Amino acid sequence: MDKNYGISEKSLDIFVYAVLSLLILVTLYPLLYVAFASVSEASKLVAHRGFLYTPLGFSLEAYKGVFKNPGILRGYQNTFFILIFGVTLNLFLTGLGAYVLSRKNVFWNKMFMIVIVLTMFFNGGLIPLYLVVKGVGLIDSLWSVIFPFAISTFNLIIMRTAFQSIPDSLEESAKIDGANHFTIFFRIIVPLSMPVIAVMILYYTVDKWNGWFYASIFLKDTKLYPLQLVLREILIANSTESMASAASNQDKFQIGETIKYATIMVATVPVLCVYPFVQKYFVKGAMVGSLKG
Amino acid sequence: MRDFAINKYLYLMMLPVIAYYVIFHYAPLYGTLLAFKDYSPAKGIAGSEWIGLANFKDFFTSFYFWRILKNTVIISLYTLIFEFPAPILLALLLNEVRSKYFKRVAQTVTYMPYFISLVVICGMIVSFTNADGVINNVFTYLGYDGQAMLQKAGLFRPIYVLSEIWQRIGWESIIYMAALTGIDQEQYEAARMDGASRFKMITHITVPGIMPTISIMFILRIGNMLNVGFEKIILLYNSLTYETADVIASFVYRKGLLEFNWSYSTAVGIFNSIVNLALLIIANRITRKISESSLW
Repeated sequence: MDKNYGISEKSLDIFVYAVLSLLILVTLYPLLYVAFASVSEASKLVAHRGFLYTPLGFSLEAYKGVFKNPGILRGYQNTFFILIFGVTLNLFLTGLGAYVLSRKNVFWNKMFMIVIVLTMFFNGGLIPLYLVVKGVGLIDSLWSVIFPFAISTFNLIIMRTAFQSIPDSLEESAKIDGANHFTIFFRIIVPLSMPVIAVMILYYTVDKWNGWFYASIFLKDTKLYPLQLVLREILIANSTESMASAASNQDKFQIGETIKYATIMVATVPVLCVYPFVQKYFVKGAMVGSLKG
Repeated sequence: MRDFAINKYLYLMMLPVIAYYVIFHYAPLYGTLLAFKDYSPAKGIAGSEWIGLANFKDFFTSFYFWRILKNTVIISLYTLIFEFPAPILLALLLNEVRSKYFKRVAQTVTYMPYFISLVVICGMIVSFTNADGVINNVFTYLGYDGQAMLQKAGLFRPIYVLSEIWQRIGWESIIYMAALTGIDQEQYEAARMDGASRFKMITHITVPGIMPTISIMFILRIGNMLNVGFEKIILLYNSLTYETADVIASFVYRKGLLEFNWSYSTAVGIFNSIVNLALLIIANRITRKISESSLW
């Protein structure tokens, strides 16, 4: 009996480590492949069959192509514009809404809450939204991917819940000292809510960083394309030609392949460098988000 | 009156928030009238002619209706069956790891793909599944024929679901890991005293311990059933795979924004919302019956 016990313990350990090691490998390898391919010599990469364990030769031609492409740099620029103004507006409006809705004894708050939550389940759909954005004159302006998404209702609810958990007594004493709602909001609620605000910044930033769909609908001018939309052109619609313009046709095809991988690196490595630092906030965020459910 | 004096800032603060909801959430609802009209841009929404339910009739009787409904439901079910349990299993596995270092490495690595943008993920999928991509290279090496996998209708759903798991498993396991830390350690001590094996502890303590979290996540998931990741579908599908890949949302997008059938597309969009809402209500009922936890 005792012996059996030991064996089953051991086999569980082996199983756990084996499965997890496999998972690590499967998760990591595609990224390594991209990294190897991006610095490989184009002709060798195209001729190669099977897995890559090291770069094939070494060449930075692809990266030169990527940085010569004005689209990528402009894309980064546009994305930063959207991030800075978008996330600021997100925080400001979501904070205001969450504050007002977290007040007690304000008679219309329940009604507002219903009106707001309803929008999570009902929406006009794509075309009516497009017509409204067009109607207010935002088409072909970067604000078109900022204003219509100024508040995420889900985030508003998370923030409201956080504000509600702040003890009333703090505000009461501030009120006695003659503070109005603005003062209470900026001097008491905001400083006490830094953790949830950090999570909100993260949520909104990831949203904005990843966004391409509405940009593809609202922005016709390619100069306004955010990074992800530029990436879509290169990675999915396959337009690497512009970046390999100096090369002959055969070379164009070959270098086009490595350019794709280099593009993935250029778009992803900065994010993966930031990620270890924000990881703990993400964990916190996952829990904040779950409380609501 | 004194109350108004104190609260006037409150009203002022709410103003931009109300403006936002009115303009970008409630104004579009007016646009849904399009579904009942024969829209012509020159006449505007109000000026266009009423045609009643003709758009809906067209849709329900069209060849596409069953196809996209079926695809939407199947892709949702696949993700529910295969992608939903994956992070739970990962959390259970991680929970059995005794080396802190290995656990940390495993977590850090599996979270990573979540931080890569959807467009880049899809770009990688496209490159890897190409006729001369790495996956096909390996298959060719093993003696199978290489083929552009994204052009095979039969392969779309497996590619979709597997890549979902790849990207989300680590991230989604966080919530279960958090739930695991909430389990009372004394229960394990007691079980060990009674001679329970680790496997027994998993099935009798660990799994029941995270069951409430699982059921909440399950409800949330079902509530979003029909909101399948249509952005990903739009990035990955093509006319060769519409048969298995086209869902309601991608159909709305194509009809409305690529073919400019605005009225028709809006009607299909309304149908999507109604089905979503119905599913949410049904799911909430079911989960309330079986697990006592529910959304409302």
